Amino acid sequence: MSEDASSYPPIDPTNFDLIVLGTGLPESVIAAAASANGKTVLHLDPNPFYGSNYTSLSLQDLSSFLISHSAPPPSPPSAPSDGHDFTPAALAARPLFSHVEISSFAPDVLGEEHSRKFNVDLCGPRVLFCADKSIDLILKSGTSQYVEFKGVDASFVYNENGKLTSVPDSRAAIFKDKSLGLTEKNQLMRFFKLVQQHLEDDGEEEGGENESRNSRISEQDLESPFVEFLNKMRLPPKIKSIILYAIAMADCDQDNVEVCEDVLKTKDGIDRLALYNSSVGRFPNALGAFLYPLYGHGELPQAFCRRAAVKGCIHVLRMPVIAVLMDKSTGHYKGVRLSSGQDLFSHQLILDPSFMVQLPLASSPPGLGSIKRRVARGICITKRSLRSETSNFLVVYPPRSLFPEQVTSIRALQIGSDLAVCPLGMFVIYFSTLCHDANQGEKLLNAAMDSLLTVPESAHPESSTTVHSENSAEEKPTVLWKALYIQELTMDHFESISSTPMPDGNLNYNNILHATLKLFQKMYPLEEVFPETASPENPEDDNEFSLES
Amino acid sequence: MHGQPRKAPKPEDEAASAAKAEKLRNLQSQFLCFHRNNIYSKEALEVNAKLLEINPEHYTAWNYRKLAVEHRLTQSESDPDSVNSILNEELKVVESALRQNFKSYGAWHHRKWVLSKGQSSLDHELRLLDRFQKADSRNFHAWNYRRFVASLLNISEVDELQYTTDMINKNFSNYSAWHNRSVLLSNLLKRKAQVFFPKEKVLNEEYELVHQALFTDPDDQSGWFYHLWLLEQTVKADAPLLVSSWPAHDSNLILLGDSCLEDSALSPFNTFHSELGTIPLVVYFNKAVEGVNSSTISVESVLNMKGELTWKPLSTNNSQTAQVWVTYLNYPDIKLHSSEFYPVEVSVGHSQGIISSNGFHYSHPSRFAFKVFVRPFEKDLAGHGVEMVSWREDNFLLYESHSQESNPILSLDQLNIKDDHEESSSKWRAETIANEIALFRELLSEINCKIGKLTLARLLIAHDMMMSPIANKVVHSEEVIELYSDLMMLDSPHSQYYKDERSLVLLQQITSNMESLLRYCFRHGDRTSSFLGNSICLRLNNLSLSRVGSVEKLLWVQMLDLSHNELRSIEGLEAMQLLSCLNLSNNKLSSFTALGPLRLLKSLKVLDIACNEIGSHSIDTTRYLCSSPLSHTEEIGWSHDEMVTGDVNLANYWEAFLIFKDLNLTQLDIVGNAIADEKFKSFLVKIVPTLKWLDGQQLQLH
Repeated sequence: MSEDASSYPPIDPTNFDLIVLGTGLPESVIAAAASANGKTVLHLDPNPFYGSNYTSLSLQDLSSFLISHSAPPPSPPSAPSDGHDFTPAALAARPLFSHVEISSFAPDVLGEEHSRKFNVDLCGPRVLFCADKSIDLILKSGTSQYVEFKGVDASFVYNENGKLTSVPDSRAAIFKDKSLGLTEKNQLMRFFKLVQQHLEDDGEEEGGENESRNSRISEQDLESPFVEFLNKMRLPPKIKSIILYAIAMADCDQDNVEVCEDVLKTKDGIDRLALYNSSVGRFPNALGAFLYPLYGHGELPQAFCRRAAVKGCIHVLRMPVIAVLMDKSTGHYKGVRLSSGQDLFSHQLILDPSFMVQLPLASSPPGLGSIKRRVARGICITKRSLRSETSNFLVVYPPRSLFPEQVTSIRALQIGSDLAVCPLGMFVIYFSTLCHDANQGEKLLNAAMDSLLTVPESAHPESSTTVHSENSAEEKPTVLWKALYIQELTMDHFESISSTPMPDGNLNYNNILHATLKLFQKMYPLEEVFPETASPENPEDDNEFSLES
Repeated sequence: MHGQPRKAPKPEDEAASAAKAEKLRNLQSQFLCFHRNNIYSKEALEVNAKLLEINPEHYTAWNYRKLAVEHRLTQSESDPDSVNSILNEELKVVESALRQNFKSYGAWHHRKWVLSKGQSSLDHELRLLDRFQKADSRNFHAWNYRRFVASLLNISEVDELQYTTDMINKNFSNYSAWHNRSVLLSNLLKRKAQVFFPKEKVLNEEYELVHQALFTDPDDQSGWFYHLWLLEQTVKADAPLLVSSWPAHDSNLILLGDSCLEDSALSPFNTFHSELGTIPLVVYFNKAVEGVNSSTISVESVLNMKGELTWKPLSTNNSQTAQVWVTYLNYPDIKLHSSEFYPVEVSVGHSQGIISSNGFHYSHPSRFAFKVFVRPFEKDLAGHGVEMVSWREDNFLLYESHSQESNPILSLDQLNIKDDHEESSSKWRAETIANEIALFRELLSEINCKIGKLTLARLLIAHDMMMSPIANKVVHSEEVIELYSDLMMLDSPHSQYYKDERSLVLLQQITSNMESLLRYCFRHGDRTSSFLGNSICLRLNNLSLSRVGSVEKLLWVQMLDLSHNELRSIEGLEAMQLLSCLNLSNNKLSSFTALGPLRLLKSLKVLDIACNEIGSHSIDTTRYLCSSPLSHTEEIGWSHDEMVTGDVNLANYWEAFLIFKDLNLTQLDIVGNAIADEKFKSFLVKIVPTLKWLDGQQLQLH
């Protein structure tokens, strides 16, 4: 690869306001936002594709990416110090993936040619809520013209009996729901109305009017754990579980305060309900609350890169950086050295979290010290949908739904070929959960996979006898290909060398983008993020949100 | 559409609307000019189209278009192409008018008119409807039109039913969708179409569906209305039934001539005094019927009756349909053998002809029989010495019953009319209602919901009615009364309705058995009065009644005290053909029209309407038309011509005249009404020559 890079013509100019290394979503957003503010930006990525840790890849590329990013870092070549007024500090890869386990149960079906037809997300399962701030950012930045979305058809809760029941997330859904009793429907709808009333009054209060305070939820309740508030509203366990894990998307067992690491407060729970509620029906073509990008999530960073390019950002792929150049006297960042040997200079540097600078004097690398929890992710490929009537849907396994020791909720997302992520007739199912160690994570994901899928015993190509068991409709779909991996969680970090966050364990990008925009504000305190342009380049396309119907 | 607040117009909007008005005036005068001169040219039609596009409510403009189309069609009869283009042009004009206002009656009507010509293709219509129903799924014009198009296209009712299901699934807050569902299901059930039979199974599924809506959002009323329709489908008996009669079955009637008779062995419930030697025979059905006559009801008696009996509907609006019918049995020769009972047998519906107003035949032939014992008159008593009847409290003594005397309520049960034709279906009904009651009790334990309470009250009433359709066993009346009292507080705008309903239940409760009824039965202390004899006074005073009900159990009543209630109407009282003394004082009757039922009470002698609100309200809300001699369709005997002359203008008191002219009142109390001034009183004295006592004053004999 470095040979490839050295064959590149040298980059001109050599001085930039900002150099961004890595094309993940946060890096791409910052590159686009800085370019939109007239900064000169160089955007580099050692990979031959856009997206870094947020990319979507073919099965083969995904496997090799995971394996290469989980190997212990090769000792970086010591960069020669060559008598300038700066010293190069080697840039090392940081292994953010571990316990990668990839099994192919049907190599005949998933041959080389087929594998190319996949666009599998590295950071799945992931969706956008229709009312997400990220959607607003996509619209505001003008990125929407480069990416198309489709609504996710449904969302289900896995219950103890091993059945999927649909999430009654709107008035119409409660009405149609077959699994709730009449009184439960009444309780759930009343709770929704209570929250809605609270939010409306909240909005009114800003106007100064303070008449209907009594319909507001009390301050004391707002600060108390959400689960206590739900108990106070006398909601039965089934409904509580739906609200907490399938609507508010809580990660940990809220009923178990000792084990739970992030107890959701009522006010946050209500904010999440509000987000969900305003998502349902925001776009006429999307029935549910969620959107998924056509061709996979890798499209999003790419779209921001395109946006950046329009504003003059220079993108160079397949271009490793081998060292960061530091000022000899001040010790401050000055620039980067490419593997081609060229030195480039900028005021600031953004690093994708999979790189770390090996500073002789520096303390521990940024972010890594804070790793407590990890995300376990899994991917399964099948030839049959988990549910016959729909192909794109979310499944939530609330804590304790699989086994009593399950303290985190697991989320799964099935995406079919109509979203152009896999060959016709196939389905990609993503799983994820938070965990402390790899063992725990693997156990959780395997249990979730086994609950709905048949995972063949061994990965030998001979055992392709699995094919005929597909005949019976009662049988669970058989897994053709499976990946399981543990991903570290890193936080963003701001200095003259800043780094961006890894994909988190959430379904949407809200927290990541929030951190990213904060990082941008710290870097450029005086600049607005994607200021409204007086004359949009594509007036008829502006603010046009393309949604496949 | 719905829930969008109006904004105050901005100055530029006002300017725009002024310009629009100017343009409209221009077009309008041009159009009217064409219309006047019968000009149907292309140019004229274009002006008209422009006008309709701006103002789709212009009915004259739509009518002109119809004339123009007819005119142009006659000119191009032979050419199908030009017929097509004429009609297509019309559809286009309607469409652009509907774009302006998709609730324009004129535009939708014009479209129907064009399509009814049968020349246009209908393919486009469903697509057009989809657009309108997407814009507003509750637009009832679009739903109406949908029914029209569906019938033209012969779309099956099953498909249309599925369409309502889809719309309800999208948003169940849709009166139009639920309504269309009830229309379609009615047809399917009537035809006993496949999958829609038996009715019980279909209705169970509908209950199941509407429960989802009611429980999900009890505040949304559309589902409740559908539930009400379902309830009606569940409990309604299609065929009319005889629910009571007077004289009651198996009763021994004593026809008194002797007013001073004192014979405690005779039950006062069955003692009847008649000066005319006639007995009213009253039949009371559960719903209004027509076709009651001497061939549908036969009366057999050893007493020879003169000629055929004439049955009269007891209806206040001159309709030939009524719930209660009356005829009079004549006893021409009162010197009958006085110690003998004469049996009378009445057969109802043994030959067809009694039909309910919704077209169902009386199909449960029944008979009842009673015996009449006649006591001769002492004729000279009738002429003189009419005493004033006093309603004073201390004149009444609680009636003590004699165990052996016949019971007017028991005898209703003995009518023995059983709805035994569908044993399984009545079991289903009982189960369904019981199930509904349990469900709504559960809902109400969760939330406080007005319409839920109302529904529960209706279900409980339906339950009691069903358990015993004729003599109600009122298991739930206490609960129902409490629900209605609760509702009056919760929902004060509708409190009058709840009060009415509560009154009906209260009366049902009072009349449900002999024991409770006897608590309201009194003897009048003044036995000397000739009308009172030893008859009983039913005192339903001070009960906050706002309506009269359960009259079918009170047909025997001759003296009734309804004073100190909140009656605004006395509808239903017309069935009490024996009534001779009636106290309506201290109520809220606000006009003579409200007293209309009295006109049918031929035996009424003593009437107290003191302290009501007659004359206090300038507008008579019980009537639609203004009061005038011309507003009545019935024939008035103009023999009262002389009344118009003199110092009283008949037209001023027309309502009073209509009420009193046919009554032979001897005593009237009207004091405490705004209308009752000296002038009015002197008018009364003139039109009611039989009057002896007015407001407690004995009148000088003329």
